[in-house]
Amino acid sequence: MSTSWLYASIGGVMIGAASALLLLIHGRIAGISGITGSLLQRSTSDRAWRLAFLGGLAAAGVVAALVHPQAIGASVRSLPVVIIAGLLVGFGTRLGSGCTSGHGVCGIARLSTRSLLAVATFMATGAITAMIAGGAS
Amino acid sequence: MNIASTTCGTRCKAMSLVLAAVIGALFGGGLIISGMTVPAKIVGFLDPLHGWDPSLAFVMGAAVLVNAIAFRWISRRKHPWFDVKFHLPTRKDIDRQLLAGAAVFGVGWGLGGLCPGPALVSAASGSATAIAFVLAMLAGMLLQHRSVR
Repeated sequence: MSTSWLYASIGGVMIGAASALLLLIHGRIAGISGITGSLLQRSTSDRAWRLAFLGGLAAAGVVAALVHPQAIGASVRSLPVVIIAGLLVGFGTRLGSGCTSGHGVCGIARLSTRSLLAVATFMATGAITAMIAGGAS
Repeated sequence: MNIASTTCGTRCKAMSLVLAAVIGALFGGGLIISGMTVPAKIVGFLDPLHGWDPSLAFVMGAAVLVNAIAFRWISRRKHPWFDVKFHLPTRKDIDRQLLAGAAVFGVGWGLGGLCPGPALVSAASGSATAIAFVLAMLAGMLLQHRSVR
């Protein structure tokens, strides 16, 4: 694990700071699945800040590809499995009203019981799935 | 600064959007630096049986700590900088959808090694598999929206 915990902590501080700033400036929870999913719904007003936020998020990916492409890891699964995983993540996060950011980072910080239970649930099913599926296929 | 959206003109709106983009970039940078955009690392964190890599626990630990301290301070304000009110979740009930949705999400996360934020960042970097993952994720979201209609 060497220094990876240090990078993990620095990255974590950045994620926490970004979530706090979004609340301070726009009064919103930084939940990526919620921000993305609501853009797919016609009833959503207030699209501009969501698009701006996701634009910034995407820009970080573009910069990573140019400066340090190793930071974007290769897939551990074959394409059909990747597609199934994506479908489950999309459906599950919308059904459960959140993902690692909304329930994990923001919900736990607010001591929300709903979020604490959601995190315990997706950590458990994630661990069981990873153990069965293994490191690579 | 204390501008409610009712008094927010064009310039102020533009400023609020630039800030939202900067915050998005900070969030994305955090995901990249912490290793969340490496699926093998995610699977290695979730799976303690095959050489456990606990470093990702520091990502959530640090993010929650910073956010928890800041949240207490921010929630004392009457409203955020660019809106008339805070938009915080108000639901307290534990329903089947919450737990079933989280369970389904966890299976997808453990399988693909990507959650929504890192998936979007990786797709934007040009990774073909991440783009496929994001397209499937958007389809999954639409499917869920339709199922409740």
